[in-house]
Amino acid sequence: MDQRDDYPRLFVLVLPLGIAFAAFFLVPMAQLAVVGATGEAGLSAYLSIINTPRHFESMVATLVLSAAVTVAALAISTVAGLFLVRNRFPGRETLIAVLTLPLAFPGVVIGFMMILLAGRQGLIGDITKALTGEKLVFAYSMGGLFLGYLYFSIPRVILTLMAAAEKLDPALEEAARSLGAPAWRVVLDVVLPALSPGLIASGGICFATSMGAFGTAFTLATNIDVLPMTIYTEFTLNANIVSAATLSIVLGLVTWVALFAARTFAGSSVAASG
Amino acid sequence: MRPRLFFHLQLAFTLGVCAFLVVPVMLSVLAGLTENFFIGLRSGLTVRWLAQVWGLYAETVVLSLQIALWCLAVTLVLGLPAAYSLYRLGGRVARAIEETIVLPVAVPGLATALALIITYGGVKDFRASWVFILVGHVLYTLPFMVRSVMAVLYSINVAELEESAASLGAGFWRRLFTVVLPNCKPGILAGALMVVTLSVGEFNLTWMLHTPMTKTLPVGLADSYASMRLEVASAYTVVFFIMIVPLLIAMQMVSSQDRSRIKRRAPEDSGVPAVSGSKS
Repeated sequence: MDQRDDYPRLFVLVLPLGIAFAAFFLVPMAQLAVVGATGEAGLSAYLSIINTPRHFESMVATLVLSAAVTVAALAISTVAGLFLVRNRFPGRETLIAVLTLPLAFPGVVIGFMMILLAGRQGLIGDITKALTGEKLVFAYSMGGLFLGYLYFSIPRVILTLMAAAEKLDPALEEAARSLGAPAWRVVLDVVLPALSPGLIASGGICFATSMGAFGTAFTLATNIDVLPMTIYTEFTLNANIVSAATLSIVLGLVTWVALFAARTFAGSSVAASG
Repeated sequence: MRPRLFFHLQLAFTLGVCAFLVVPVMLSVLAGLTENFFIGLRSGLTVRWLAQVWGLYAETVVLSLQIALWCLAVTLVLGLPAAYSLYRLGGRVARAIEETIVLPVAVPGLATALALIITYGGVKDFRASWVFILVGHVLYTLPFMVRSVMAVLYSINVAELEESAASLGAGFWRRLFTVVLPNCKPGILAGALMVVTLSVGEFNLTWMLHTPMTKTLPVGLADSYASMRLEVASAYTVVFFIMIVPLLIAMQMVSSQDRSRIKRRAPEDSGVPAVSGSKS
């Protein structure tokens, strides 16, 4: 079986995908980038993310939200993930299933669930009203977005982290402990460094997904404009195709770089974004 | 005593996280089945809202299934041969192609959709048909099929099997259909579940690509969230859960089977981790 004899046939096999992909992704993407650069402002339209206050604020809000969600999701998933990998008890499989089940829930549905949780007729409002007399409603604010983003981030992060935690060598911790290290030093000096590739990989996925998420913000219809909402508004309400195009390209670059960096540093290739 | 306490603290924390994920799902099921959510369960249980949803939105369910199955067919036709080809080619070119086809997953759906609209929006018949949505879904799900099949090809080392078939005189196409394809089955199954699940739940691309005549389930959901009473929106969400949860459970079962199979066959890391992901 000579590899070189097969080259033409292997080429034929990958060709349909190549043609379809070029026609429906590479060419349209290139056109999107060109449209962004051929408005009245020319190439400098790409600087609108810095020059236009509305775009700049939206970018900053999205970056801050995504970073906060990433930190929270990593912290929560590390505690829960390590616990589930280290301990065997009845019901463990069920907990894992529950934690990873929302993996493919669309953002719109998650937005709606945040309304049921923290909206005007929400559960949290009912509980706080019964306890304090004040109705706590935060679904339509930054808090609701944060909680919604956390909701779709936890399953992804926990899956990646559990896979990384399964590969940890318990002997290292054993050694640290037998040398007299207290529990918090074992975690800080042994467990977290060993987990860091998994943390970087899942952090990158989480950050990129949050940056590009659209459905949750769309359902909550908050007055905080995350970048995808800004793009959507520019395109549909303002019919400002140049702005929508440049912002999309910039956003696409940010999410791609986050995922690429995560993969390069972590050596794993789990990618996801929306 | 202290380790027990530590165990229980962590257990409580994990249960708390589970509750955060499950309680909203239960709330929407409850809201979809109660007569009046504002009054609560006292108002009684009903399937009235479900019936109303079916009357209003049955077409979106049909269209979503139609697009998901077509999407599966197209990703199989394009993805299977490509996965094998990339596996055999190997090296830098194959890596570069793989990186490129993952781009629609790495780039937000909004950007991909805008690009498609700018390029093909002028072709009226195409823009107005459900095939326009299908194109977006195929772009988004294709890498999952390709990678899932490639992972299996690597993990069972198909090249070795092919070597033996070739030494017995089997030609390229014969090997492809009688050796490679049957061995890809687990990867095809995992990839197919992923493709269908992601397609049924896809919103970001679809919202931009749909027209009033081509509404999928998630698009209809967004509609109902904006304009329907809470009970109807919840009942519609329940319909969505009924479709997506079995798929997600099947995916979990297949991936846990995969893990044990790969562990049995290749104790070393195969180098190609499974792909997981979805859109929000």
